[in-house]
Amino acid sequence: MKPLFITGGRVVDPARNFDDSADILIREGVVEKLEKELKQPPEAEVIDAAGLVVTPGLIDIHVHLRDPGQEYKEDILSGTRAAAAGGFTALAAMANTDPAGDDPSMIRYIYERAANAAAKVYPLGALTKGLEGKEMAELGRMKSAGAVGFSDDGRPVVDGTIMRNALQYACGIDAPVIAHEEDSYLFAGGVMHEGSVSSVLGLKGIPSAAEEAMMARDLLILKLTGGSLHLAHVSTAGSVELVRNAKAEGLQLTAEVTPHHLLLTDRLVKNSGYNTNTKVNPPLRTEYDRQALWAGLLDGTIDAIASDHAPHHPDDKDVEYDFAPFGIAGLETTLPLMLDEVASGRIKKFTLPLLVEKLTSAPARILDLPGGTLAPGSPADLTIIDLNREFIVNPETWYSKSRNTPFAGKRLTGAPVYTIVGGRITMKEGVVTENEKGA
Amino acid sequence: MQTLRRKDILGLEEMSAEEINLILETARSMREIMQRKIKKVPVLRGRSVLNLFYEPSTRTKASFELAQKYMSSDSVSVAGTSSSLVKGETLKDTVRNVEIMGIECVIMRHPVSGSSHYLARNVEASVINAGDGMHEHPTQGLLDMFTIWEKKGRLEELKVAIVGDIRHSRVARSNLWGLQKMGAEVVVAGPPTLMPPDLNAFGVKHFTVIEEAVDGADVVMALRLQKERQESGLFPSMREYAELYGLTPQRITRAKEDLLIMHPGPMNRGIEISSELADGPQSVVLEQAASGVAVRMALLYLLLGGTKE
Repeated sequence: MKPLFITGGRVVDPARNFDDSADILIREGVVEKLEKELKQPPEAEVIDAAGLVVTPGLIDIHVHLRDPGQEYKEDILSGTRAAAAGGFTALAAMANTDPAGDDPSMIRYIYERAANAAAKVYPLGALTKGLEGKEMAELGRMKSAGAVGFSDDGRPVVDGTIMRNALQYACGIDAPVIAHEEDSYLFAGGVMHEGSVSSVLGLKGIPSAAEEAMMARDLLILKLTGGSLHLAHVSTAGSVELVRNAKAEGLQLTAEVTPHHLLLTDRLVKNSGYNTNTKVNPPLRTEYDRQALWAGLLDGTIDAIASDHAPHHPDDKDVEYDFAPFGIAGLETTLPLMLDEVASGRIKKFTLPLLVEKLTSAPARILDLPGGTLAPGSPADLTIIDLNREFIVNPETWYSKSRNTPFAGKRLTGAPVYTIVGGRITMKEGVVTENEKGA
Repeated sequence: MQTLRRKDILGLEEMSAEEINLILETARSMREIMQRKIKKVPVLRGRSVLNLFYEPSTRTKASFELAQKYMSSDSVSVAGTSSSLVKGETLKDTVRNVEIMGIECVIMRHPVSGSSHYLARNVEASVINAGDGMHEHPTQGLLDMFTIWEKKGRLEELKVAIVGDIRHSRVARSNLWGLQKMGAEVVVAGPPTLMPPDLNAFGVKHFTVIEEAVDGADVVMALRLQKERQESGLFPSMREYAELYGLTPQRITRAKEDLLIMHPGPMNRGIEISSELADGPQSVVLEQAASGVAVRMALLYLLLGGTKE
């Protein structure tokens, strides 16, 4: 493999508090040097990054690849290509597949299938066997096979004792637990946020309390057990407050938020005329919640941004609202959506370095993944961004098999122009380049 | 005559007072047709309508079918089965297949809120919502308003109390929007568990004591209480509901003397309304059923008839 020389870009590496123009030399899949001005090796492939931003490769710690079992919605190949198109170099794959990812053989399957894929895939194992919330899955054996964390995401762990034991046991193998906070009794078959909009639309509501009650329980359990808890897709003002207080108390926990919860509210369900692409779990909340999520993101209560990429086949969403599955596909929109927020200046303190942190060093830290920085010696996973690029969300051109986004047609400013994984270019100017070995 | 400048009738929330007025005025002329010995006009001859009912219905379906016959349109009625579990033909496919046969208007009842919006987006035919989940039942709201208007000569500044399961009621939602647009004051009453999560969205006041809600009312509208609401734990028993919230002559003494008693049907006698009231002199329950045909004739005329003239 030829060395790669990236020259003249603005390098933003929040892990080292670095934001300056610099040249980067990549050799054998590793960042060899990063300095103000480097001599260009004659044999190197050169990317002229003048006017562009170079960041550590983006990491999405919340992705549903649907593989195995629902490959018609997405598979490891299409999902990783979507990731590359969206500027991501690595992702963590949730275990709610069919069969569930609750066994070391499943973890190995993911690694094998993703070996030459367009992005690195870190499998998350199921917390309980079959995601049933009844018996702890073999966390230790899955960890040995390479699972980077454990979650029943998509379903709550209803039984408090199961959550307690899992959190406590996970301490012993030094693995994070990711919680999907939802009280299924309060959830009660809801399809959107419960409030004034659901009242008018006559849709069954999901109260904020369904998320907050379960989160409060898990934070109390965490106090009891110790261990490391990560909260998936925080969506309400009350949840932000719970996390803020728990962190102030010194509990070891982290939290993520999705772009759709940061940018949309339940009003869109009405304004879109019951468009099923607005149906997502947790549901789009109110403007009050949305503001609280931003505040939490800015003050560090919320550590990371994750897409919760939940791809569905267009046929599955092209039905009556109640019958549509929950989920928004986000791999190919997350970065442009968030870049547009930076570009617009709508959120005063939301700077580019902060955004990059929430998509690189923070997710790497949460799941203890390699990368997330451009420090010499790090894996050569990078994303190159054009802050001024006009980007129109067009699901028809996606690499994902899915099309389910409420952002279709949106005009944004800012997009990734290169994605580089292990020193190889996986995406250039929006086109995913099959890597040399082929996938 | 004027026409409605819209393709579909999905709900009264998005309808203007002018449009509602036009429909009510038109319904009045339609009612005259209904009173003729030969109840048939050729206004919609050669026009075709589909009645698509994914939920059982007696009066709404009969009323739409009669309206179509009186207007001389050709119509077919289909009872659909809808389920998220059984992977059958999709709603979109069903209707597109019938549409290609020449259907210009689809009347649909469906258990899922918003399904008429979904359908309207996917077909060129006009869609009339005959009840979608808990969302709206606009033709019921219109026929209720027509009934009141006929009896009272106006809608503005009347006080209407809607009593019972507001939360799950599409009839209540359509009436809340429609009546308020026409200048009536609307209050709702019933146990808090049967109220929508946020009543402020509708701008109406809620009472838990029926006597207070009907104080000074011109109209009291009872809603059907479904047994499954008790089964899902929203109130303890049907008999307790009847005792606390059922409409009885004793409970409405504070209402105006010329009170109208309404119910969209089907009634649970002895639960949400006593037979004394349902069959008494103040009851306009049967007039409501008759108004339904007139209002639906008016809508068919305004959507299909006027446009090609």
